[in-house]
Amino acid sequence: METDEREALYAKRRFLETRCRVLRLIRAFFESEGFLEVQTPLLTAAPAPEVNIRPIPADNGLFLSTSPELHMKRLLAAGFEKIFQITPAFRAGERGRLHHPEFTILEWYRSGANYKDLQQDCQNLVRFTCRASAPESGLHFRGVGLDFEGRWERSSVREAFGKFAGWDPGPNPDQDRFDLDMVQKVETNLGFPVPCILEDYPRSQAALARIKPEDPDVAERFELFWAGIELANGFSELTDAEEQRTRFQSAIARKKQMEAISYPLPGAFLASLQHLGPCAGIAFGVDRFVMLVSDAESIDDVVAFSPETA
Amino acid sequence: MGVVLTAGELRKGLKIEIDGEPYLVVDFEFSKPGKGQALYRCRLKNMITGAQFDRTYRSGEKFGSPDVEEQEIQYLYGDGQNYHFMNTSNYEQIEMSAEAVGEASSFLTENLVVNVLLFQGRPIGLTLPNFVELKIVDSAPGIKGDTASGATKPATLDTGHVIQVPLFVEEGETVRIDTRTGQYVERVKG
Repeated sequence: METDEREALYAKRRFLETRCRVLRLIRAFFESEGFLEVQTPLLTAAPAPEVNIRPIPADNGLFLSTSPELHMKRLLAAGFEKIFQITPAFRAGERGRLHHPEFTILEWYRSGANYKDLQQDCQNLVRFTCRASAPESGLHFRGVGLDFEGRWERSSVREAFGKFAGWDPGPNPDQDRFDLDMVQKVETNLGFPVPCILEDYPRSQAALARIKPEDPDVAERFELFWAGIELANGFSELTDAEEQRTRFQSAIARKKQMEAISYPLPGAFLASLQHLGPCAGIAFGVDRFVMLVSDAESIDDVVAFSPETA
Repeated sequence: MGVVLTAGELRKGLKIEIDGEPYLVVDFEFSKPGKGQALYRCRLKNMITGAQFDRTYRSGEKFGSPDVEEQEIQYLYGDGQNYHFMNTSNYEQIEMSAEAVGEASSFLTENLVVNVLLFQGRPIGLTLPNFVELKIVDSAPGIKGDTASGATKPATLDTGHVIQVPLFVEEGETVRIDTRTGQYVERVKG
């Protein structure tokens, strides 16, 4: 048993070396862009209330952080302009080839920016990292060649659903139908061989994103896909405290029904919003990015220990 | 339908009951679109008919846990319609229809020990050993010494099933067969 574990761990050496290189390159990229690296708490009393994300409870009414988002925005509201962090995040019940309940998020925020600026950041970051970490033979993932230098694909959610699922989601699609078709018909077609930016989500799927002023049916939110894998989710941040409070309250009510837990309103975050100017922020999956760069079959390959062996 | 399972417990190899029939999860993928809900994508195999299909479940969906178990049984005889076995641990006799035995009948010989899958106590399928040894009872004379040409000829086994064997294999000889592919492996001396 012990020998098996030692062999299995050592067999991951190639992946762990790529992971180390990718992490160093990400830090080098943000340093060159003038960002401040920050750390925010992993234990919090008030995780962001999102209907489909279940926090893992810790001691004394605290929860393990599901994302550093709210703390990052409190820093932004205090006057920090460009911040990033690489942090563990925890979400209950998520386990699959692309999911671990404990995983690594890269988040970055820019004040005075919108989601288009983040899309440009994504392109610069991915190219910078891949140029310095891809093998000479180029990137391949599950038998398909990947291209990070070519012109990136871009599609609105409406266009992509029309093309791959055959219907228009409009501003408020049926949640089940939207989720099922996104996973089964849309995502699997995105990001071959160049990465794809899927943008302008229906307003009911806005989460913490701002509604697009020119088209109130959609939110200024985008996701980055590569080889059919969702890599990042970013948006122009919602800075309207009243609207944010309403969205949180409705999520808290839904979560109480679904999970039988009463989550508190994130009061300090809501209070900070009055000082938050226009800004944009994004969460980027580090483990999945390493998977793509190293042609890993599963997220288990790119971390030393899996949930079942931790 | 026994213990209740929820979608969150789905994984490869799990057995679930749908509409009163047992299914095996043969492939499984967890997905979660962006800010959307958790989805559990499964390929399911009906444990009675073998039919496979894909289905996606959402969080909170529930299933029964089917009452299935595997037991070791020994083949006794066929009466022309049904097959008769004996449970090797409690000596109870079990009768199976030709339909339930399926293709396994091609390689069933008296006294062979096999595994039976029971659903609610009812036999629904057999798993043969990976290799069985059977006697050739009929085959056209071959060409002695031809061990390299790769050519084959039909040969009838003592179960009545016909397989392809190399030309040098003769009537009266015993051969080893891989039951997973149904193919000849080698001659057995003795």
